Amino acid sequence: MSWIAIGVTADIPLRGARCVTTPQGPIAVFRTVENRFFAIEDRCPHKGGPLSQGIVHGAQVTCPLHNWVISLETGMALGADEGSVRTFALKVEGEKLLISSEALARRTA
Amino acid sequence: MNKKERLVIVGAGMASGRMLEHLFETDPERFDITLFGAEPRGNYNRIMLSPVLAGEKSFDQIVTHDAAWYDAHQVECRFGETITRIDRAAKMVCSASSETPYDKLVIATGSAPFMIPVAGRDLPGVMAFRDYDDVQAMVAAARKKGAKAVVIGGGLLGLEAAAALRLYGMEVVVLHLMGHLMERQLDAAAGYLLQKELESRGIKVHCKAQTSAIVGHGRTEAVLLDDGTLYPADIVVMAVGIRPEARIATDAGLHVERGIVVDDRMLTSDPDILAIGECCEHGGICYGLVAPLYDMAKVAAKTLTGVEAAFRSIETATQLKVTGVSLYSAGDFADAPDREDIVLRNSGAGIYKRLVLKDNRIVGAVLYGETTDGAWYFDMLRKGTDVSEVRETLIFGQSRQGGASLDPMAAVAALPDDAEICGCNGVCKGKIVSAIIAKDLTSLDDVRAHTKASASCGSCTGLVEQLMTLTLGDKYNPGAVQPICGCTTLGHGDVRRLIKAKSLKTIPAVMQELEWKTSCGCAKCRPALNYYLVCDWPDEYADDYQSRFVNERVHANIQKDGTYSVVPRMWGGVTSAKELRAIADVVDKFHIPTVKVTGGQRIDMLGVRKEDLPGVWADLGRAGFISGHAYAKGLRTVKTCVGSDWCRFGTQDSTGLGIRIEKFMWGSWTPAKVKMAVSGCPRNCAEATCKDVGVICVDSGYEIHFAGAAGLDIKGTEVLGVVKTEDDALEHIVALVQMYREQAHYLERIYKWAKRVGLDEIRRQILEDPQKRKAYFDRFAFSRKFAQVDPWSERVSGKDKHEFRPMAAIGFPVVAEGAL
Ligand code: SRM
Ligand SMILES: Cc1cc2nc3c(=O)[nH]c(=O)nc-3n(C[C@H](O)[C@H](O)[C@H](O)COP(=O)(O)OP(=O)(O)OC[C@H]3O[C@@H](n4cnc5c(N)ncnc54)[C@H](O)[C@@H]3O)c2cc1C
Ligand code: SF4
Ligand code: FES
Repeated sequence: MSWIAIGVTADIPLRGARCVTTPQGPIAVFRTVENRFFAIEDRCPHKGGPLSQGIVHGAQVTCPLHNWVISLETGMALGADEGSVRTFALKVEGEKLLISSEALARRTA
Repeated sequence: MNKKERLVIVGAGMASGRMLEHLFETDPERFDITLFGAEPRGNYNRIMLSPVLAGEKSFDQIVTHDAAWYDAHQVECRFGETITRIDRAAKMVCSASSETPYDKLVIATGSAPFMIPVAGRDLPGVMAFRDYDDVQAMVAAARKKGAKAVVIGGGLLGLEAAAALRLYGMEVVVLHLMGHLMERQLDAAAGYLLQKELESRGIKVHCKAQTSAIVGHGRTEAVLLDDGTLYPADIVVMAVGIRPEARIATDAGLHVERGIVVDDRMLTSDPDILAIGECCEHGGICYGLVAPLYDMAKVAAKTLTGVEAAFRSIETATQLKVTGVSLYSAGDFADAPDREDIVLRNSGAGIYKRLVLKDNRIVGAVLYGETTDGAWYFDMLRKGTDVSEVRETLIFGQSRQGGASLDPMAAVAALPDDAEICGCNGVCKGKIVSAIIAKDLTSLDDVRAHTKASASCGSCTGLVEQLMTLTLGDKYNPGAVQPICGCTTLGHGDVRRLIKAKSLKTIPAVMQELEWKTSCGCAKCRPALNYYLVCDWPDEYADDYQSRFVNERVHANIQKDGTYSVVPRMWGGVTSAKELRAIADVVDKFHIPTVKVTGGQRIDMLGVRKEDLPGVWADLGRAGFISGHAYAKGLRTVKTCVGSDWCRFGTQDSTGLGIRIEKFMWGSWTPAKVKMAVSGCPRNCAEATCKDVGVICVDSGYEIHFAGAAGLDIKGTEVLGVVKTEDDALEHIVALVQMYREQAHYLERIYKWAKRVGLDEIRRQILEDPQKRKAYFDRFAFSRKFAQVDPWSERVSGKDKHEFRPMAAIGFPVVAEGAL
């Protein structure tokens, strides 16, 4: 797997998110209160809401449009809602954040 | 091994759900239970479908038995499976895909909505109002812009559907066959008041309407009446009545009349088969309200476990569950020679009460507009109390009897122990009070769980709460009933109190001290805590932006496509050529697709790309604009009319006062949004009487109003009082809002807060106590020093830069820096 640098940890506020644009659409990169980092597709499985704009709590984000809660670890919608988003491997090297190059590949399945 | 008896239940509705509860209370081990339900879900409180349709409750809130409950009681659930046949010889029930043997069978199939047999009734778009699927279909249709609905049937169900659909902005017509609405429960006079009320909400009511056909190509387009009237309709809701769902019983050769005939023990003509609920008929009566069905459920559980019990028919009372309409009806009030009427009419106040007496006993009661005495009359009706002693004052209600005070609490205190409080579940006062004491119940939810009182239609919630206050005194704190969210057991009231009492000044401190169950809260509690801290420690607390909803974080309103809208302040709705020109330039420069005049007297630019926001704000800022906080739990707009400056009726400078209030109060965060208006005279062109706070200028000064609503609920304002000068008006309004800021629960609008704390308490503190008023005013003035910083110009100067641009762009062809 090859990795692409997207920035440094300080770019993202604690319990916050930023987005990375790609030709396949935006990816949301999150930083949790425990300083864990996750990257998922920035498109809510409900109606496409921008997850990077949601409130981050635990390892979850609440979509800003209609409050679906998405797990950052699995990309699955939690609670009564059903759906999932793609997740992407992310690596922290010192200060640097790197995302797996599959982020550039189209979804195949 | 001792093999258990097999109990099969057909129909997972309200009656069978209640029967299972009784069964598990008394003999949980007796049966292996299989529960079939045609709906793809377990039991829920069907009564509450109306509030769900109206958007006042979510479906989750009305589920009475969830998967965990069935699991814990080892009920094998076969939801989504319809039983098509009972094989009594083989003792089996059959569906399309299975055959299941039983030792005992309970039929609880409820009713089927009656669909009037007119041409077109099979067209898509024609629906009933019976289950959650119907509700979902209606909501989907109602969401379409400009959609129209025709509701056939002006009874309870039809009107609840019509009122709810109207809330979505649908054009709604109610067709009713009889001369007045709800003729089974109401007499003509009350029917007329109800019709007027519905018409004032924009619902058209057509009585004596004989439907002749539903017309449309491929789906409903209109409803045609006998007299040739044609009402366009995207959906047609049939609510003309129900029929006991007895088909499988008829086919199996059981004794069926209108419903499945049962004896006092709920046994059908086959001793191994019971029937309960709306599908059955007892003593010649089929019931359509839950109170008797719950009694049936109790009796059936006993019969199944071999305990003697007998069902007795009971009187029922009904209420219409339409927010803002109070209507109560019980017993029988058809005219008859041996009956007398006592009627009280006050059409100005929209009140109508009628009692029907026979031999000095109440046999029927209709209350419209004011229904607090319903329980009292119904109690006398059920008991056949002789009312000759109190006849003269009877109609004025319980509080006017024998010198008792007008206090509703005293009225509840005066009720006898066996007075029925909850009609749905047949729970009397004594039972509630003793459960509260014996089980040490302190929350409404606990009382519901233990006694079932107010757990069905909820219309007696007020009475139950009064009983709790009566029994527990200060120990009962209705505010503590609901925890803020799953992260804590505390309610908003407790959290607010403890933040102050323990001097908690950060979100982590609150979570630590108050034992939050999650590591960093959730999207529900964090914004609430952030607000409480901002409000309580204005100079010390550092706002936690990550705990704000995106709109308040980026100071614009997110739209469905992820773009934003921008609404600059236009003080009091007044603008100028220079401002309009600046807006026009911004719209051109940033290619903003939509510009709209809002309902709040200002201009909304919609469809702005997030990256463009700082640029848009920079240009607007140069023209003198600041953020309009159209996204904030804070002061939105102060609408004004032209007032004494121009209008020939204007008594005071309403425009000037509106601008003054807006300039004084903008920027401060509040529990929910706050909207105000100032009208120059009682003609009220600024619509001040439906706002959170409103002012009506009069010759002698300023009439201050508050606690109005015109969104999800519609409610006229209450008058706080009249003051003489503009300064007085400002001081009262600011003090009132500060009191609200300090006391309300997050997301609670002023009208809800005022209802909770009491209008008199607010008048006492704000109008009658100058010292308190001054103190509130000063606290607002202090906190506003930290709040009146224009968020747009802050961001134009670089604050939160990261919010407005992507962290990186990958996989795109490389471009030179300057071109980006
Ligand atoms: C733009 C505007 C409609 C318009 O085109 O006229 C509007 C637009 C929205 N309203 Fe409104 N409301 C607008 C006037 C109103 C009014 C009329 C008024 O203010 O005189 C009401 C009824 C009065 C009231 O506040 O109750 C109104 C009652 C609501 C409600 C129901 C609130 C309630 O508690 O009952 C919501 C939902 C909410 O706040 O939870 C809402 C929510 C919204 C939101 C914020 C929905 C959302 O969460 O995204 C809409 C944002 C659109 C946007 O991006 O601008 N809007 N909304 C109006 C902006 C006024 C302004 O200048 O700021
Ligand atoms: C919108 C609405 C508002 C109401 N408001 C009130 C109110 O304010 N007060 C009041 O007292 N009552 C009210 N009612 C009436 C109340 O809901 C009913 O009286 C009650 O639900 C009847 O209970 P039940 O168990 O007999 O039938 P239901 O609750 O209807 O349950 C029967 C279940 O059996 C299923 N079923 C039917 N046939 C089969 C089959 N062959 N195989 C498997 N499953 C089957 C059905 O799908 C249904 O789920 C209201 C009803 C509605 C629809
Ligand atoms: S602007 Fe207001 S009324 Fe219109 S759709 Fe949005 S929330 Fe509903
Ligand atoms: S788009 Fe995310 S919850 Fe609806």
